Amino acid sequence: MRRRRPLRHVTFALGAALALALVLTAGLSLVWTPADPLAMAIGARLEAPSGAHPFGTDHYGRDVLSRVMRGAITSIAVGVIAVAIGAGAGVLLGLLAGWVGGWPDEGCMRVIDAVQGFPAILSALLFAAVFAPGVAISMVAIGIAFVPAFARLTRASVLALREREFVMAARALGAGDARVIGRHLLPNTLPPLVIQATTSFPVAILAEAGLAYLGLGTQPPHPSWGLMLKEAQNFLSLAPALAIFPGGAIALTVLGLNLLGDGLRDLLDPRGG
Amino acid sequence: MRRYVVRRAAATAATLCVVSVLIFVVVRVLPGDPALIIMGTEGSPEAAERLREALGLNHSLPVQYADWLARAARGDLGVSIQYDVPVGRLIASRLPVTAPLALMAALLMLATALPLGLYAATRHRRAGDYLAMVVSQLGIAIPSFWAGLLLILLFSVRLGWMRSGGFDGWSAGFWPGVTALLLPAVALGLFQAAVLVRATRSAVLDVLREDYVRSARAKGVPEAVVIGKHTLRNALIPVVTVAGVQLGQLVAGSIILESVFALPGLGRLALGAIGARDLPVVQGVTLFVAALIVLINFAVDLLYGFLDPRIRYE
Repeated sequence: MRRRRPLRHVTFALGAALALALVLTAGLSLVWTPADPLAMAIGARLEAPSGAHPFGTDHYGRDVLSRVMRGAITSIAVGVIAVAIGAGAGVLLGLLAGWVGGWPDEGCMRVIDAVQGFPAILSALLFAAVFAPGVAISMVAIGIAFVPAFARLTRASVLALREREFVMAARALGAGDARVIGRHLLPNTLPPLVIQATTSFPVAILAEAGLAYLGLGTQPPHPSWGLMLKEAQNFLSLAPALAIFPGGAIALTVLGLNLLGDGLRDLLDPRGG
Repeated sequence: MRRYVVRRAAATAATLCVVSVLIFVVVRVLPGDPALIIMGTEGSPEAAERLREALGLNHSLPVQYADWLARAARGDLGVSIQYDVPVGRLIASRLPVTAPLALMAALLMLATALPLGLYAATRHRRAGDYLAMVVSQLGIAIPSFWAGLLLILLFSVRLGWMRSGGFDGWSAGFWPGVTALLLPAVALGLFQAAVLVRATRSAVLDVLREDYVRSARAKGVPEAVVIGKHTLRNALIPVVTVAGVQLGQLVAGSIILESVFALPGLGRLALGAIGARDLPVVQGVTLFVAALIVLINFAVDLLYGFLDPRIRYE
């Protein structure tokens, strides 16, 4: 088989470049931003983009470029934690359903079907009504929305694997459930789960922005791209640039991560070419 | 087919039960005492006790759940604390905004995605295909609420062709109503279409590689018949799967778009209720929307059985 060189793969290279830019921006914003993202300057409100403020300033005179940079941290943090919650709970449910079978399987599948009825927005609404809106709620709500996909994938892999010779051999040699699952099943279910995690990450970033926009996620004054768009909406005719840059940051990030995911799948899939 | 329908209906009923348990657990069990959440810090102990009595919170949890579910099944979702109106009536009054919005968005999504996906598949690895894929990648990356803001920026702020939001109700006339929902429906539908374009393209491409398609072509069947008769129906199963998921996303997405365009729909009802700690309304709206999504999935399952006889007889 001809080896595919990742960097010659346009989709992968473009995606990797955008994803790298996201990570570098987030890392840089921890040590340096052009201005303090939280520092207000009432005299410099709603300024158009200029040399001093390349992305302009918001309604409190805060530097938008600095806020967009720092917002990358929020996106990455919520994305990583939400995917971890969805993958953790989903893999557990999927293992239980696929390995035990019988009524636990039936029960797990009904729970998974039911959770499918809860897009992140709906769970976030529910949690925000009971607890207070906040970034933790958006992480949990988005994570829950990912559970069904991870659970179904794991269950399908386990069902396929449990009848394979190496699993039966392990059991015949006296390996207990925990050992068979930990040593033999889980490692073999990993590849599809990794792809699922890669494709879930940009979805989580989109969802976080949406929840923050609704006021259910990240709370002011912390910079989040969705929250910045919510604030920008009140000044659309005065300062349209305010609505352009955070949205552009979301779109470029999601585009990059999606391209990266597509590229990875192409490169890893032996049937592709 | 009948056995298939009965089996799917039973599974759907079970799923709806689990949905109701999940909502009940979050609203009634997780917070400890819902009465204290509703009252906030300003309520007196006596008032909290009266509220507990009114909400039936003094009974055991299973009794509370059975009572709530029995009422919900009859359409009684409780009374709004904020408006002192039955929650069911509030939902019914907001539905004429959310339902047409989701429906218009769904029509726009299907009308764009299916032809574009089919076009891209039949022009595989040619300019038209690449263009369609680039457009759909961009569509997936752009959040619908940002698309809504950009549409407002262009059509109401810059061009002044449309208003930036609000809805005067259907009593003001059919066309004014449709116009008020048009921009949000475009923002919601066109960008959801992006995912469906890719699904349609890859489903059609898979079918086009099948032997029976090659045989049909070899026999000299005209290309339009090959696509229309041999390819489309067989490609529909994965397309219907994705479209079903997308429909659920549309219902959820309309909650955000209602906020962008200040439309008095279900989403804004629920968001307003959160600020007012109106738990019965939040509970009612989430139960309604989640049940709707489960029912959409049921409809998709039935459609599978209709499209593919193998599934019916499984």
